[in-house]
Amino acid sequence: MSVLIDSNSKVVCQGITGNQGSFHTEQCIEYGTRVVAGVTPGRGSEEHLGVPVYNTMREAVAESGAEVSMIYVPARFAAGAIQEAAESGVSLIVCITEGIPVLDMVNVKAALEINGCHLIGPNCPGIITPDECKIGIMPGFIHCKGRIGVVSRSGTLTYEAVYQTTQNGLGQSTCIGIGGDPVGGMDFIDCLKLFQEDPGTDGIVMVGEIGGTDEEAAAEFMQSEVTKPVVAYIAGVTAPPGKRMGHAGAIVAGGKGTAADKFKALDAAGAATVRSPAELGSKMMELLTD
Amino acid sequence: MNLHEYQAKKLFAEYGIPVPEGMPAETAEVAHAAAIELGGDLWVVKAQVHAGGRGQAGGVKLAHSSEQVQQYAGEMLGTMLVTRQSGPAGLPVNIVYVEAGSEIERELYLSTLIDREVSKVSFIASAAGGMDIEKVAAETPEQILTVAISPDNGVQDEQAQQLAAGLGLDKKQRGQFADLMQRLYQLFLECDASLIEVNPLIITASGELLALDAKVNIDDNALFRQERLAELRDPSQEDEKEREAAAHDLNYVSLDGDIACMVNGAGLAMATMDLIKLHGGEPANFLDVGGGATSERVAAAFKLILSNRNVRGILVNIFGGIVRCDLIAQGIISAVKEVGVRVPVVVRLEGTNVIKGRTLLAESGLDIISADDLTDAAQKVVSSAAN
Repeated sequence: MSVLIDSNSKVVCQGITGNQGSFHTEQCIEYGTRVVAGVTPGRGSEEHLGVPVYNTMREAVAESGAEVSMIYVPARFAAGAIQEAAESGVSLIVCITEGIPVLDMVNVKAALEINGCHLIGPNCPGIITPDECKIGIMPGFIHCKGRIGVVSRSGTLTYEAVYQTTQNGLGQSTCIGIGGDPVGGMDFIDCLKLFQEDPGTDGIVMVGEIGGTDEEAAAEFMQSEVTKPVVAYIAGVTAPPGKRMGHAGAIVAGGKGTAADKFKALDAAGAATVRSPAELGSKMMELLTD
Repeated sequence: MNLHEYQAKKLFAEYGIPVPEGMPAETAEVAHAAAIELGGDLWVVKAQVHAGGRGQAGGVKLAHSSEQVQQYAGEMLGTMLVTRQSGPAGLPVNIVYVEAGSEIERELYLSTLIDREVSKVSFIASAAGGMDIEKVAAETPEQILTVAISPDNGVQDEQAQQLAAGLGLDKKQRGQFADLMQRLYQLFLECDASLIEVNPLIITASGELLALDAKVNIDDNALFRQERLAELRDPSQEDEKEREAAAHDLNYVSLDGDIACMVNGAGLAMATMDLIKLHGGEPANFLDVGGGATSERVAAAFKLILSNRNVRGILVNIFGGIVRCDLIAQGIISAVKEVGVRVPVVVRLEGTNVIKGRTLLAESGLDIISADDLTDAAQKVVSSAAN
């Protein structure tokens, strides 16, 4: 079992003819993802990587029946691409693009709510259900079908969690990289909810980092709604304060946002926190064999 | 990207946000002339640096004559101003802002920012202006008022009235305040700001609202469409190494420790710093070489790391996803040969082409310490740096 995507998911790639889009879509197809269409404005009626290219998402979805969009469009056009995807009727949008202006995301977020579709990212590695469907830039070979749901704000730290749970034989049900931008799509709570409901997920690895209060909110949610074991790690204990974190941003958080606060909230919620990212896998093994 | 106060106030004036009259000056003589041109009998001389806490650090001075303006400007210009936010070395004062003095009746706080909890632009206001707002938020959170703006509707009048009432403004000031919020919001959207902070926003002796200070941060991701603002960048206020790193597509932050690290991915880079600390060391930097690291970039990263004389050991931590371990290994080998590294280098490679990468390092004949996993890597770099 898995969440959000499986071997039946039909995927359209926005920006399929670009460098990034082309390279990673090819890898996804190789992994076994059912990529059914691509979109690049002005390149309609062409074929690329063996799939038809359309000018618009509306056409692509109507012709191919795609349900999930994967976006590799350059940052300045990416918010527009998300908006177009939301209006085309897909139920899930995965936006890999890094560097989207934050005000663009504020506007798009409002549009997503109207259309009722999920967004993963932006600025994320994507989502994968091992052996079934890979949507994003993660190295497929480190994954292994299994019982652990992984959710993370960081790309390479997701790979650490995956690698460790592959090494110790637990494997993964689905791994979701929710991305590192201040305004994005699905948050930790959305993912925890899905993993809690998924009969194929026995444990959850959650990897957060400094900034914002998403982890604190997740801890509160966990306390009442999550019964499955959760292993949590927060990166940035040694990060200097005030660097990249806006001065006034700390006000909204009411003094929250540090790794220490997040660890504290997660500890209080009963999550098994680890201070070393090297212990994500072994801690989960310990919880599941107890 | 940060703007200087004088740049931010010029922007405020363009948007019809009330600010005191003022002029920037690069020499004491120009400051003197500015004071005469501004007129009056009270001026404020303000050091233009990208850090808060200027007042307590002697970077804001009241002058009662144009000669005094010249004297203060002369004392500030060409110095390094150390504030609680500037770091121990301080920031260079290349420009002072000479401003007409204002009679202050009350000091308020007002800011506009991206509120990530609600994914909206929010206004934050407080009657406790002119103070360290983080302290106010921590000690008396009831004094902090917040409203979130819907992107579809913009600033609603009842939202402005709600904040104005909370600030204890009178009827005339409430109208001014509502107008001010509209203008700030327009500036925020049109300039792709990520933060606008007015601390203090004052009520003058004659009962008018006036922005006495102005802090504006622009979203770096939006600079491609803010060419005019991008030109206002002042490299003298930025860390030299961080600037050099950015030129090589590297993300670098200097820290105080002696164990350097080079990592791919921001999260793993932070985690690597934490691991060094966890095993008894102190990280010397944050360095993310990015997903598409090339051997040139690895070499540039090594040079950057080694330009910090405190460094006593280097930990390279790469999880090859898109980037292949053998390419990284080649980069490390050529960098070590070219740069001549005199401190221990511990390398942990995992992921794509890991065997090839490790073999290359082992056969290079260079003194590179190979690590089996994360913990092993952290332990090895901490112990070898101590020797």
